[in-house]
Amino acid sequence: MQQIINFFLRNKNFLLFLLLFSIAISLTIQSHSYHRSKFINSANFLTGGVYESVNNIEQYFNLKEENEQLLEENNRLKAMLYNNIEPLNIDSMHQGQYEVFPAKVIKNAYASTNNYLIINKGQRDSLTEDLGVITSKGIVGIIDNTSKGYSRVMSILNTNSRVNAQLKKTDHFGTLTWNTNDPQVVQLIDIPKQAPLNVGDTILTGGRSTIFPKGIMIGTILGFQIDETENYFTIDVKLFNDMTNIGHVHIIKNKNTQEIKALEAIDE
Amino acid sequence: MSNTITLHIARFIVLVLVQALVLNNINFLGYINPYIYILFILLYPINNNRMLFIFLSFLLGISVDLFLDSGGVHAGASVFIAYVRPVFLKFSFGATYDHQTVKINTSDIGQRLTYFSLITVVHHLLLFSLEVFNTSKVLLILKKTLFSSIFTIILCVLITLIFSRKPK
Repeated sequence: MQQIINFFLRNKNFLLFLLLFSIAISLTIQSHSYHRSKFINSANFLTGGVYESVNNIEQYFNLKEENEQLLEENNRLKAMLYNNIEPLNIDSMHQGQYEVFPAKVIKNAYASTNNYLIINKGQRDSLTEDLGVITSKGIVGIIDNTSKGYSRVMSILNTNSRVNAQLKKTDHFGTLTWNTNDPQVVQLIDIPKQAPLNVGDTILTGGRSTIFPKGIMIGTILGFQIDETENYFTIDVKLFNDMTNIGHVHIIKNKNTQEIKALEAIDE
Repeated sequence: MSNTITLHIARFIVLVLVQALVLNNINFLGYINPYIYILFILLYPINNNRMLFIFLSFLLGISVDLFLDSGGVHAGASVFIAYVRPVFLKFSFGATYDHQTVKINTSDIGQRLTYFSLITVVHHLLLFSLEVFNTSKVLLILKKTLFSSIFTIILCVLITLIFSRKPK
């Protein structure tokens, strides 16, 4: 017994190091698997609060650009409105399947291999996990963690991110991933080799998951090659969004998610 | 005595905040960021309680992780360099460091550079290995380690030069 205690006393530094190091490693491993990186994240009131107060100052520097983007989007929406032959249904009886919330990005990252954004809306604003986040130009990511006042968004620039996407011309669909090389370019994999591809074609979200509605812009084809098994294309997609410069975002909530999930659960 | 403790607490907080809010937004050439929060570990007094030192390093790393959403990457790398620091001290300053004659702030610039470089490179190598966590991307890890290390070392040396008090 004496010897065991002595052993611990002699090696207390090493044992403490081993303990803390293994905690760090296990946190790292968790952060590399989807939906398990829960413990250490910046969507809490301390770090969220710090980021928000800094962002409150920072946002003034981008006001001009933000205004121009808003004007552009307004213009596009107006054009759609005036060119619509049917009068739009704006009464409250006919509310669509999707709810949209505005939010502000208070922290953005794109240089690491697993990037996350923090937005200034959380559970208090009825946000939950697995909601899609977009800007007026294209998709940004999926909410993977919420606190009272903040949410963490898994960017599409994250090696764990998987988003369903398809070609605009045809209905061939695949999975959007990222190979960490360039924050402007993501990869669309598992497109069957029968799909007709051209450089410059548009890629949209597929609508085969409950997260994003069908037809949200993603990017254009930059290049493509067929994989080793010669059955599927891997496509480089140039994003419409500049992921390094994101100010305001919209969060999309699908009201039918639970119904669809319940239907899918019957199968299992 | 309490003066030194306040100094270290202030240094801890300032380094974490500067790291999270300023330095991580540099993204020089797309991915190069300096990680100067390790200055806390580099400049921690030598005649210390090692258990406390290792624990503080863990706390430092985990605070940075909290801000950067990186799991336990920074915590792991920080704890590791805190544990192996005596080896590097002995290598850079010779065996005399044991007798507490060495003050990092007043030491020879060459010795200081060796010490900073060794610890920085080890820290960054571990940091990026854990961050990328993929053996097929060894080149990416090495590239990131090399460029970020250069950036970190230059900044660390400059900061210590600016803030060091002149010996009278």
